[in-house]
Amino acid sequence: MPYAQMGYWQPDYEPTDTDVIAVFRITPQTGVDAIEAAAAVAGESSTATWTVVWTDRLTACENYRAKAYRVEQVPNRDDQWFAWIAYDLDLFEPGSISNLTASIIGNVFGFKPIKALRLEDMRIPVAYLKTFNGPPTGIVVERERLDKFGRPLLGATVKPKLGLSGRNYGRVVYEALRGGLDFTKDDENINSQAFMHWRDRFLYCMEAVNRAEAATGEIKGTYLNITAATMEDMYERAEFAKELGSSVVMIDLVIGYTAIQSMSNWARRNDMILHLHRAGHSTYTRQRDHGVSFRVIAKWMRMAGVDHIHAGTVVGKLEGDPATVAGIYSTLRDEHTHQRLEHGLFFDQPWAALNKVMPVASGGIHAGQMHQLLHYLGEDVILQFGGGTIGHPDGIAAGATANRVALETMVMARNEGRDYFHEGPEILRAAARTCGPLARALETWGDVTFDYTSTDSPDFVPTSTPT
Amino acid sequence: MKLTQVTFSFLPDLTDEQISAQVRYCISNGWAVSIEYTDDPHPRNVYWEMWDLPMFDLASPTPLMDALAACREANPGCYIRIAAFDSTKGWESLRISFIAQRPTTEPGFFMGRGYGPGRSIHYSARPYSANQPPGKRYQ
Repeated sequence: MPYAQMGYWQPDYEPTDTDVIAVFRITPQTGVDAIEAAAAVAGESSTATWTVVWTDRLTACENYRAKAYRVEQVPNRDDQWFAWIAYDLDLFEPGSISNLTASIIGNVFGFKPIKALRLEDMRIPVAYLKTFNGPPTGIVVERERLDKFGRPLLGATVKPKLGLSGRNYGRVVYEALRGGLDFTKDDENINSQAFMHWRDRFLYCMEAVNRAEAATGEIKGTYLNITAATMEDMYERAEFAKELGSSVVMIDLVIGYTAIQSMSNWARRNDMILHLHRAGHSTYTRQRDHGVSFRVIAKWMRMAGVDHIHAGTVVGKLEGDPATVAGIYSTLRDEHTHQRLEHGLFFDQPWAALNKVMPVASGGIHAGQMHQLLHYLGEDVILQFGGGTIGHPDGIAAGATANRVALETMVMARNEGRDYFHEGPEILRAAARTCGPLARALETWGDVTFDYTSTDSPDFVPTSTPT
Repeated sequence: MKLTQVTFSFLPDLTDEQISAQVRYCISNGWAVSIEYTDDPHPRNVYWEMWDLPMFDLASPTPLMDALAACREANPGCYIRIAAFDSTKGWESLRISFIAQRPTTEPGFFMGRGYGPGRSIHYSARPYSANQPPGKRYQ
């Protein structure tokens, strides 16, 4: 029996306020009807199996069936459809990203009658959001704790990623922080290797953080990566970071949703900022035809409860279409995210007072792009210049100073009402006249850009209303 | 050393004209603007002394700039910062904070190290100026 006839296609269905709603992009196999494909996705992500089972009749199965209620062709694609599917709230365990995702993306992505499938967006009902604690710190409290208001924060990832001894690693942290950055960061694959045991790294890093605080009178931090093989190891590393007085710890997305929620609870109990590096996400977020959009991952991570998440730079070396990145930033930072198709946002999403997540922009950015970064990413963001700090010809501290001066100059110009986006290069050149490190940074990297076509851009373009 | 807390502290000290422009920006956003001062610039000294209450519903930067002048005159050797509060739901905290006066010499901080088990060190920072009682520092 076709899925559409088993009750998984209900064009008259009106989603309730407590339904979870998902929008999928479906590419059916040749000859498979779009509505049947949508019904199959609804079925396979809820109660159905490939045949009718009599045990359905022992349950209130009407209730548990997901309902595809709307199918629309993707603009400019004759082989793809968007399907809206509603799920009853009772299908999901309270406060569990693992359970939510095991349903929504569990089986269905390998289903033979569809060639490709992508989860584009989800509407999480307030009733379900309220079962999650969300970010342990959030943007506002993080700023209060760090005493940093009115500008993006600045960071750098220690480079080279691998091979530095603990002692040499701490040197990079110290120089970058005293030079003007707020944070430094372990990279995703710095855990506990032969060249640097994790305890050594933590000890030298905290020496560096405290030295830099005393040298500047300003609160500093370093994201100590506690990613490890087991939860026991991660808890041990987190506890040591706490004992040493670190204000922030870091985890990688590859540890999994359950581990992320566990570490979020730990961070909440211990007043710790929790940084998430989205290691691995591009394996399933980047291609438009198949996988999960990063805006959905961002939504899940705000629910799971992280304080920082890497979310794109627009101008840097990694994937990041401006409109798509704007949609992701709205998802992380807004009180209420509004539907905006040209940013890839299919739904209004009230956030029910869940804390806001600080997006992190990292990967191939430099001081010469400061006007663009401020324009595209706004104020509540951490700008991370790794190569753009450590690669400065006059040293790491000079690189940090160049970034901080460029940032503060641009914020000041913006606040004064100048057209900083267009006058940006001129504003930076003027600031460089009294700041040697900024002058050198502009000489060195002024022309570096990564201008490639994005693979993940929204399907909808804004159209002007005729007057 | 130069204390580099909050925003604009890596730029040359702000002129009154620049301060006034920032205050105008705060007013245009509907924020309340306040003046705070201290002679204890420890990075974790949250509560600087308030110079009167935050100014709500300002129509122009002038009253704030007048109050800043008075605060400077009364506290010539102190750090003074200007901070703006946003009462919007979901924020309800500071939106900007920047230094509007600093002492002519800034001796900086002594970092103490206390030894703990397993090579761990407990750090503390103490302003050199804290050896003097409040009111006698930075003179």
